[in-house]
Amino acid sequence: MKDGTATMVMTPPATKPKKKEVSGQELRKTWVGQSIKRREDPRLLTGRGTFVDDITLPNLHHAAILRSPRAHARILSYDTREAENHPGVIAVLTGEEVGQMSKPFPVGVTAAFKYYSAAVGKVRYVGEPVAVVVASDRYVAEDAMELIQVEYEPLPPIVNCEAALEADAPVLHEELGNNIGCHRLLNYGDVDQAFEEADLILKERFVFPRYSSLPLETYAVIADFDAITGMFTVHSNFMGPFSMHAVAARALDVEENKLRFIVPSDIGGSFGIKTSIYPYIVLLSLASRKAGRPVKWIEDRQEHLMASSCQTDRVAYREVAVKNDGTLLGIKSKVIENVGAYLRAPEPACTFRPIGNFVGPYKVRNVQLDAYVVMTNKCPTGPNRGYGCQQIYFEQERMMDRIAEELELDPIEVRMKNLITAEDMPYTTPTGGIYDSGDYPKAMDLVVEMSQYTKLRERQKKARAEGRLFGIGIATGVDPSVSNMGYITIALPPEFRARAGYLPKSGSAESATIQMNQRGKVSVTMGTTPQGQGHETVVTQIVADELGITPDDVVIVDEFDTAKHGWSISSGTYASRFASVGTSAAVLAARKLKGKIIHLAAALLSVPEEDLIIQEGKVFAKDNPEKNITVKRVAGTAHWNHELLPDDVEAGLQARAVFRFPANVAPDPQDRVNSSNTYGFMVEIAVVEVDPDSGKVNILDWFSVHDAGTIINPKIVEGQIYGGALHGIGGALFEELAYDDDGQFLTGSFMHYVCPTAVEAPKLTIGHICSPSPLTLLGSKGAGESSSETAPAAIAGAVADALGPLGIRINELPLNPKRVWTLIHESKTP
Amino acid sequence: MPQAYRSVEITVNGLTYNRQVEPRRLLSDFLREDLDLRGTHVGCEHGICGACTVLMNGYTVRSCLMFAVQANGAEITTIEGLAKNGKLHPLQEAFWENHGLQCGFCTPGFLLSACELLERNPDPTEEEVRVGLSGNMCRCTGYQGIVESVLAAASKMKAQK
Ligand code: FES
Ligand code: FES
Repeated sequence: MKDGTATMVMTPPATKPKKKEVSGQELRKTWVGQSIKRREDPRLLTGRGTFVDDITLPNLHHAAILRSPRAHARILSYDTREAENHPGVIAVLTGEEVGQMSKPFPVGVTAAFKYYSAAVGKVRYVGEPVAVVVASDRYVAEDAMELIQVEYEPLPPIVNCEAALEADAPVLHEELGNNIGCHRLLNYGDVDQAFEEADLILKERFVFPRYSSLPLETYAVIADFDAITGMFTVHSNFMGPFSMHAVAARALDVEENKLRFIVPSDIGGSFGIKTSIYPYIVLLSLASRKAGRPVKWIEDRQEHLMASSCQTDRVAYREVAVKNDGTLLGIKSKVIENVGAYLRAPEPACTFRPIGNFVGPYKVRNVQLDAYVVMTNKCPTGPNRGYGCQQIYFEQERMMDRIAEELELDPIEVRMKNLITAEDMPYTTPTGGIYDSGDYPKAMDLVVEMSQYTKLRERQKKARAEGRLFGIGIATGVDPSVSNMGYITIALPPEFRARAGYLPKSGSAESATIQMNQRGKVSVTMGTTPQGQGHETVVTQIVADELGITPDDVVIVDEFDTAKHGWSISSGTYASRFASVGTSAAVLAARKLKGKIIHLAAALLSVPEEDLIIQEGKVFAKDNPEKNITVKRVAGTAHWNHELLPDDVEAGLQARAVFRFPANVAPDPQDRVNSSNTYGFMVEIAVVEVDPDSGKVNILDWFSVHDAGTIINPKIVEGQIYGGALHGIGGALFEELAYDDDGQFLTGSFMHYVCPTAVEAPKLTIGHICSPSPLTLLGSKGAGESSSETAPAAIAGAVADALGPLGIRINELPLNPKRVWTLIHESKTP
Repeated sequence: MPQAYRSVEITVNGLTYNRQVEPRRLLSDFLREDLDLRGTHVGCEHGICGACTVLMNGYTVRSCLMFAVQANGAEITTIEGLAKNGKLHPLQEAFWENHGLQCGFCTPGFLLSACELLERNPDPTEEEVRVGLSGNMCRCTGYQGIVESVLAAASKMKAQK
């Protein structure tokens, strides 16, 4: 589908789409749009995948990491002698040595504090690395770890981000004098006037919890330092952005071409979480340097829960200015973002990554964002599926419901009233986002129709009459994909960005390399690092279409190696970028290669290039099909018979392409920035019933409508929506990385950090509309994060709706049975 | 602390291995590292996620919660033993056809749990599949593809009988 929008409703189990019938002189497009079986599955189904822990190297040794049992303390001394003398132990590396052997990690804020890969001088969260043991095997390393003595002087901890702002709060980083890592007051439009003109002003306080999309495979690193060449080679399940490769190189104090990252074909999920593995890459690289041999470290689950990464928790105060008809005039938002003990790159992106889509799908033009990024004695944070969006859409959508309640309007009506429409596209938001395409009212209509919304309300009336707590929640959101690296510099004041010598940041490129062998079969490598998204499959579909060959003729290699692949700073698989920028790079490379084939065929056939087409493995003269040559013959000539090559044709057949977007510019002096490149849309309707006796929230139904532009493989997109939704639902109902007031970590196992199983996972009814992106070569947009951004708000809305008759408001997650039961109980106690 | 080695004889996927192991060696480590059967994955090492599930004498066990010495004399099937003579097991086929996996890290555990489930209940309802697989965690798929795969495999296996 190239123009306009189309509607498709899928109800599970989805039926298999038929092969598209295409005819005419044009190249056949037969593979894009089909749910072909995944190319990566055979190895994964038979236990033959390659995950980092499956790799072994000669003389490989194993590491265990000693971690801080305290949230905040000074390190007085280490005693490592007994550990070092333990049979099988090669080396012990302490945080003190880490401070001597490496530099602090750079980060994009002006606050000057030091973050190393292990605690230097002080520990600032439970689980912070204190020392590393390298030994002959993991069992021995753990034995020796227990023999290390560390003496601490306890300091008062602070875990609450609002309390951390108070004048007498304990300070984590003395050199700063307070706990503020970054503060920006951003103003767009005329907020004061909007609040003056308002008929109604509402204000609420919201609390969003810490949770993680938590991949099933933990962090895994093999580091190997070569003392002669000074080269670090690292195998890990890092998945980008490769700007963090630069951050790691700075910390190791090596040139970037001396830090080689190798990522195997298989990563056991990431959802952004594995971006933040890079401090461990540095730590293990130092351990390898000290031990003089390759070192493997496989994180255990407790380590992962307490000391890898997660999304921020935050407190937000939101005020909205509204007209009596429901028109939203202005938003004032004060956000206190808790990034944990160290503001770690790419933070404070949680606050600023969604800056361009801060208003979501609504037309409001006046926005104030007063953002405090605060450090506390919790684990440092980083990207997590939805990165920043679930927080703002929770606040936004709770507010839309408050407006509806206050003005006695239907929640759908209030949203419809404010939606940006198809005629407004492309739409520039007040904060600088440029929405490339979309038809939000149409998507809204579809979800209303699919869910039979009016009937749902009748069902609710009936249920309420029976005394049941039945609720309907609605949540919308604009789904940003392919981050423009420039957005992160919003963390710096405009004066700083205007300084001479400052290098502005912008961009979001991806690369693809395609090689055709002498028999006309192709191999492709990408600058991407998939973690289950099926890139091999999708690139196969694309390349087969572009070159007029079949998927069997195509092999995609999913490994990634900074020393071998085409890549750039923005490479990797994060921010839902593959479907937009990765696919476009693959198309571009295939078209480049096709150009080369045609160019050579023209010389071999003595026919002008413009008269040639490629179809079903042959190059034809359009008007004279007799005149043709097989692609295999062209390829054979390019590789085997250079005598026939014209002077301007290089031998062999390969093409590398880098795709980048046009509107990737650095923030302007008014702090406006197009923070992403393509913008999808999703709307959820969640139907729940709350059990008043247990406080349990039961999901009865779920409707989810998406606009991700052109869909290349429907089953893969469906899988992404299911996975994303369940992360949002898990975070809204069950999962929380919890601390007590002393900063002790309370959820260090799957018994305490409760993840949904197949029993808790709802069935979704999914619908699609398609507004192709004008910016990507196939019209596709990202969809991997989508429902993870809106599901928490939908759950909150549904539970609030269910408990509304009891006078209960929902401004805080998670809605686990304990919290819900307590709310119900308290509402009944006068 | 290191302990005296013990001899074990364990049959895995039809091959019998005689090895010396420390009594504290986990069955999961024995399979992955000593036998180099890397298809068994470890996701939590505390018995919740189910990634390490293998069949022991026909029943599922969590190889991270067992010592190799406890499997002495036992017959074990790991993911590597599921396909026979280059032909995928119907459950593997069904997972492939129904997009029952994304990253594939949980997949070996799900497949072996599903084997046991269909062995005991060849004609499960969707609800029974969900409950039957609730000892395995998947963080990618939202479970829908997995449930559909197991139901599809069940009807295929029934038809073949
Ligand atoms: S690794 Fe054994 S249950 Fe999780
Ligand atoms: S497919 Fe990734 S955990 Fe299940």
